Amino acid sequence: MKFLYAAYAATWIIHISYLALLLRRYIRLRNEIQELNQR
Amino acid sequence: MIRRTFPILGVLTAVLLSYGLYEALIGAPTEQSMGDVQRIFYYHAPSAWTAFLLFGINFVASVVYLIQRSIKADIIALVTAEVGVVFCTVVLVTGPIWARPVWGIWWTWDIRLTSTLVLWLIYVSYLILRRFSSSGQTPLMAAVLAIFGALDVPLVYFSIRFFRTQHPQPVIGGEGSIDPKMLQVALINWAGFLCFACLVCWSRYRLELLQREVEETEALEALLDSRKAQ
Repeated sequence: MKFLYAAYAATWIIHISYLALLLRRYIRLRNEIQELNQR
Repeated sequence: MIRRTFPILGVLTAVLLSYGLYEALIGAPTEQSMGDVQRIFYYHAPSAWTAFLLFGINFVASVVYLIQRSIKADIIALVTAEVGVVFCTVVLVTGPIWARPVWGIWWTWDIRLTSTLVLWLIYVSYLILRRFSSSGQTPLMAAVLAIFGALDVPLVYFSIRFFRTQHPQPVIGGEGSIDPKMLQVALINWAGFLCFACLVCWSRYRLELLQREVEETEALEALLDSRKAQ
């Protein structure tokens, strides 16, 4: 069973890591937009 | 319309993935020779099908870009390649975790596994090219690379039919025989992953549009600043 759970956990770790990467990009972009608006 | 579709798709994704997970772990019958570890199939195979579909869309979008030079097609190509790489990574990680208890080894250089790794490497190089090349010709070069990359997809898919491999023969379609309940669970999970891929691609598409708008504004501002300085 440990291999089964490891595979399922790995799947969601990969997807959640990618989503976190997208969120980080979005926050950085939002900050850039705020900076542009302030100029 | 779009504002309403996104949350509906989100709810549908959550329902399908939760039900798919329940069916994969509890509902589906236990395979006789491999036991419970065979349940990895319900994540491994649907992830592979999703990756193939995304690389297929990437191929079509790249051809459209080469013909029409459409920015929309270029963004779709980029987004589908990126999300496709994520799903292909899942395939390459869950495959060895499944292989270890069944074959006794994590990896073997047989054609199915090697061609999948090559496919992943091609699309990773595609993303590296898009990320680090600042040439105006980058989308063009990337589109050509994507077309070469897509040629590997049929090789990966048909390799188990044409060559003798360690990887199991197809269990769906052709001569394959799969328990109808197992097939149903695999299809539910595939539907869930497809909805999830749609959501992620959609978000990534909008992020890319925003990114390009910011870059254009910054470039315009830099140009105006330089003119003022003169």
